[in-house]
Amino acid sequence: MGADLRTLNPIALWRGLFGSEVNGSDRIVPPTGFTAQLTLFSAGAMAFLAVFALALALATGRLAERWSSDLAGAVTIRVSAPAGEQEARVQSALQILRTTPGVGQPRQLPPEELAALLEPWFGPDMPVDALPMPALIDLPVESADFDPEGLRLRLEAEAPGSVLDDHTEWRRPLIAAAKRLKFLGIVSLILIAAASAAMITLAAKAALAANGQVIRVLRLIGARDLTIATAFVRRFTRRAAAGATVGTAAGMLGIAILPSAEQAGGFLTGLGFQGLGWLLPLTIPLVAAAVGFFATRWAALKMLEAVR
Amino acid sequence: MIEMRDVGFGYQGQAELLSDMNLSLQAGMFHFLTGPSGAGKTTLLRLCYGDLMPSSGRMSLFGEEPRSLDRDAVADLRRRVGVVHQDPQFLDHLPVAENIALPLTIAGEPVDMQAMRDLLGWVQLQGHARALPPSLSGGERQRAALARAVILSPDVVLADEPTGNLDWEMSMRLMQLLIELNKSGKTVLVATHDLNLIRATKAQVTARVLRISGGTLHLAGADL
Repeated sequence: MGADLRTLNPIALWRGLFGSEVNGSDRIVPPTGFTAQLTLFSAGAMAFLAVFALALALATGRLAERWSSDLAGAVTIRVSAPAGEQEARVQSALQILRTTPGVGQPRQLPPEELAALLEPWFGPDMPVDALPMPALIDLPVESADFDPEGLRLRLEAEAPGSVLDDHTEWRRPLIAAAKRLKFLGIVSLILIAAASAAMITLAAKAALAANGQVIRVLRLIGARDLTIATAFVRRFTRRAAAGATVGTAAGMLGIAILPSAEQAGGFLTGLGFQGLGWLLPLTIPLVAAAVGFFATRWAALKMLEAVR
Repeated sequence: MIEMRDVGFGYQGQAELLSDMNLSLQAGMFHFLTGPSGAGKTTLLRLCYGDLMPSSGRMSLFGEEPRSLDRDAVADLRRRVGVVHQDPQFLDHLPVAENIALPLTIAGEPVDMQAMRDLLGWVQLQGHARALPPSLSGGERQRAALARAVILSPDVVLADEPTGNLDWEMSMRLMQLLIELNKSGKTVLVATHDLNLIRATKAQVTARVLRISGGTLHLAGADL
């Protein structure tokens, strides 16, 4: 493959995709129904899967980023106390928070916001007021001066019953999972490209083996290896590009008709493409064409070495 | 043009088939290569167009040592040598005219339609231009192969038992074309075991007859 890359004419890929038939040289390879269908189908199927793998990688990347930035920008203080003492402890905690460096203005969540937080679990008709609810204070983090450990110790000492939750415990595994999913999406893309290359190589080898007579005739009359290989390469490059175009279009359509994040209750958190991200899957047919080009070229030149 | 000095050749794992071969094709001359079946006529011809490499001795194809040539150079060399086999192979999905034009196609040269018509007329296949090769008779296939072999105007035309599958009349029609080629200045080498064919041809053209036997090459006697 190294030598193959060194001898590659950079214009050849473009010609392989879009070049017009030169002097009837494409016709020297007979039409082969089976390998044509195999290449078209496998390129289409792989492109379809690639669209989803790409969407997964992008979505999980966004998810990890959102969880990292949104939640890292705020902490919550939970204040629990017997009914008569809660207000005093909340005031003590607020006093501490106002003198804490690196944070913004603390805000105690009003009862209606607390009720909204509990609504998914208890339903809208639950009398939240009757429950022994802790008070929640939202504290925006504004600079790197913020020391969560120091604040935790101060709260323990000066406002008993106040607990700092910087979301780290539950955020860390979620971010790790999202990053891992993104990695798996990228690995899937690489595997899809590799499997496509393998399938196209097999199809090209089958076509070359089935056309042994064509190759012998062409060598006999003075055809160079590259001339013979190019006839096969052009055909397989076009098939890979055509199949991948159809597969990509189908995959993008599938993504486009997925329920939106709002409709899915935010659970899917926007699996798919956003904005200019919709342009990314359009590169899949180009990548498929490149894979077809190099796989066929490598297989053809390798096989031709055996023909004197 | 094509020269051999003490050339030997043996297929891998087998005893040497040809040894001490000395050959010099004379430009513009008609040559016959004869000998019994299995004597190595085809092998010698394959050496002449770089399909096989000699295992010993010195060989020169148009001034080049074939063993020093890379694959592209061998391909280029074959454009200077037209080859006709006993059982010529074609691209069966292409019409006869496109098969004949194949050497031009792979060389990236345009096909002159008038020249193609003249060539088809010369080999008497003008009515078969659009036919597919499997529909041709044995004689027609040989003439189509000859037309394909000469379309690039090669320096040498090699024919390996070209009349092996043909009756006498068809054989002489083909030989007539080879004689015409030779009279137009081409060097011709025909391998055949048919001594009658050689005698009939020699009645029309001056020909050198080389006999291969016992693995070596000799100039044939006056009886040929």
